[in-house]
Amino acid sequence: MAGPVQSIERAAAILRLLASGPRRLGLGEVAASLGLAKGTTHGILRTLQNVDFVEQDAATGKYHLGAALLHLGTSYLDVNELRSRSINWADALAARSGEAVRLGAPLEGRVLIVHHVFRPDDTLQTLDVGALLPLHASSLGKVLLAFGSVSLEPAAEAGLEAYTRHTLVAPERLTEALTEVRELGWAAEVQEMTMGEAGIAAPIRGHGGLVVGAIGASGTVERICDAKAVPQPALVSQVRHAAQAISRDLGAARW
Amino acid sequence: MVERYVMSIDQGTTSTRCILFDHQGRLVSVAQREHQQHFPRPGWVEHDAVEIWHTLRRVVPQALSDAEVTPDEVAAIGIANQRETTVLWDRRTGTPLGRAIVWQDTRTAPLVEDLRSRPGDDFFLRRCGLSPSTYFSAPRIRWLFDHGDGLRQRAEDGEVLFGTMESWLIWNLTGGPDGGLHLTDVTNASRTMLMNISTLDWDEELLEFFGVPRPMLPEIRSSAETYGVARSVLPGVRITAALGDQQAALFGQTCFAPGEAKCTYGTGSFLLLNTGTELVRSRHGLLTTVAYKIEDQPAVYALEGPIAVTGALVQWFRDRLGLISTAPEIETLARAVEDNGGCYIVPAFSGLYAPHWRSDARGVIVGLTSYITKEHLARAVLEATGWQTREVVDAMNADSSLALKVLKVDGGMTSDNLLMQFLADVLDVPVVRPMAAETVSLGAAYAAGLAAGYWPDLEVLRRNWHRAAQWLPDMDPRRRESEYENWQRAVERALGWIRSPNPP
Repeated sequence: MAGPVQSIERAAAILRLLASGPRRLGLGEVAASLGLAKGTTHGILRTLQNVDFVEQDAATGKYHLGAALLHLGTSYLDVNELRSRSINWADALAARSGEAVRLGAPLEGRVLIVHHVFRPDDTLQTLDVGALLPLHASSLGKVLLAFGSVSLEPAAEAGLEAYTRHTLVAPERLTEALTEVRELGWAAEVQEMTMGEAGIAAPIRGHGGLVVGAIGASGTVERICDAKAVPQPALVSQVRHAAQAISRDLGAARW
Repeated sequence: MVERYVMSIDQGTTSTRCILFDHQGRLVSVAQREHQQHFPRPGWVEHDAVEIWHTLRRVVPQALSDAEVTPDEVAAIGIANQRETTVLWDRRTGTPLGRAIVWQDTRTAPLVEDLRSRPGDDFFLRRCGLSPSTYFSAPRIRWLFDHGDGLRQRAEDGEVLFGTMESWLIWNLTGGPDGGLHLTDVTNASRTMLMNISTLDWDEELLEFFGVPRPMLPEIRSSAETYGVARSVLPGVRITAALGDQQAALFGQTCFAPGEAKCTYGTGSFLLLNTGTELVRSRHGLLTTVAYKIEDQPAVYALEGPIAVTGALVQWFRDRLGLISTAPEIETLARAVEDNGGCYIVPAFSGLYAPHWRSDARGVIVGLTSYITKEHLARAVLEATGWQTREVVDAMNADSSLALKVLKVDGGMTSDNLLMQFLADVLDVPVVRPMAAETVSLGAAYAAGLAAGYWPDLEVLRRNWHRAAQWLPDMDPRRRESEYENWQRAVERALGWIRSPNPP
């Protein structure tokens, strides 16, 4: 077990200092108040500014608390913003994979479809935007569960619904599956929600790696999976590539 | 066969983009750089043509290196450009004579008012299909002559050249002062007010009227044909297409048949309807323009309805009112209420374009009561784009025998699902979004690839088009009618606000 991280302690002290009064503080004042070197203080302030916890006045250069701190409890990325930022990558994924693409975000214990790109074969298809999917039976939902964007507890208490004979309804089996999703970095659903249908999904990350949504491709099980019902590796890498590209655009530097 | 890609250069109002496309019309690499906007006086908007040329010289190699493509793998170059922006330059030195005057610039307003009263709209409509507006190039040339000593004489002598952005870029790409090709395409020429819309040649009477000497004008060519070979930036690669950006979007949306239409939703919005080889003269406030001309085939015409403010209203809501922090949040806010609460916003920030063409209009918000919240305003903001589109579609249906059956959409606002559904509801036709978002660039690439033999025909291009989303009408017809009536009453209240005949 590692000890406390010094820079986080210092960051917390800076936030408390800025929160202690209405006055905006300059770099020198912050450094002097906490007995820190100016360079160290500046580095921490810049980092806090990057995550919108601190804002700097353009005219005076002084610092104050950022608006993001007020909304810590709510999702920080608007779902319509998420769609707008993902739209080109989602189109590219549909064009290259030849499958329908959906983006999901958590909403009240389910997956809200925030974006849907048709399978590019010009057959009659209906927009699913606004529809809700179960967390445990969809690849988008499993990604959100595995990466902690949403908790299963409320739904699990009522009992997990079996949509098909493949749906994971036993909590221990689902837990195992979610561990595997975390290890692999992607999730699959093979006839777990609808017989004959399969899907692959990967996490979309925002600042600091926080998972804000999931993107996935789905279609008939014959196209998504090989003869042994294993998802096609080429499709998996296309989905992950799209997820990583959106994450990079959203500021998740490491992905 | 090494030629594996087509390059498209989109010289737009705020940036220049270079995109490589493959045989399926899929985007292979993108490089983009912005250029500076100059606002020397209220209503004036200028660009530095040299800066734009330098920008192009940077984005082209970047697009190639990002995709590890060599110039010999590029089959052809196509150019799409911001329309009507006017640049004059010295033939011998290649130096622009002042900054380019951008399409948004309204300095020619007093001149345009004069023209509309004498000789009047009909004189112009018969010849070029356009009624005078600050939007087009010819009044700008006239303004430059009136404000530059000896400029007209130098133009008479062939020392000064005129061009819109594609002419300037092609001239520079093909050698500049050292034998550069001075040409334009029919779509760009159709926006100058100098080209005869029937003959597709410079119109003697219009030239005389505006006092524009013929030696300064570029040669008018087809939108897709081999113009020549680049001598700089991409030496040896053929330049085979040029189109105005909105015509390029129509082409990229593969609206090749009469009756097919697209609307591009950006800061402003531009609805173009293909009318085939038939030249339809609008009696309901639309522009007649050339859609494209492929090699020596007959020109295809379009009716165009430009709307000045659509996305710009969302930006105003964000930047001036501060009610949202990003543009897409307008949808979140608007979805918090069921309807507009009786409130309508007519965004006539600098008058109204099609189909009204009223420079004396200014924006109004009507139907305010103490019941109205910011959520209702957000809805009214989005609905303004829907109703303005409806007005243009009504004008198109009145002018053309081809009633609109489906509207193809592109541009940034198409990510707004509430707006797209509202559009389908108020137009009462399906609204479809294609999988290729970059329709302007794609259109220029398609035209260039056709002329270069990279693609065999229009049918192949059509098969590259795929539907990414579709919204179907789902509104009670009575509600549609009563809401539309309310909108029209709101528009009446916006008209005539500016009393001076010359807007500031």
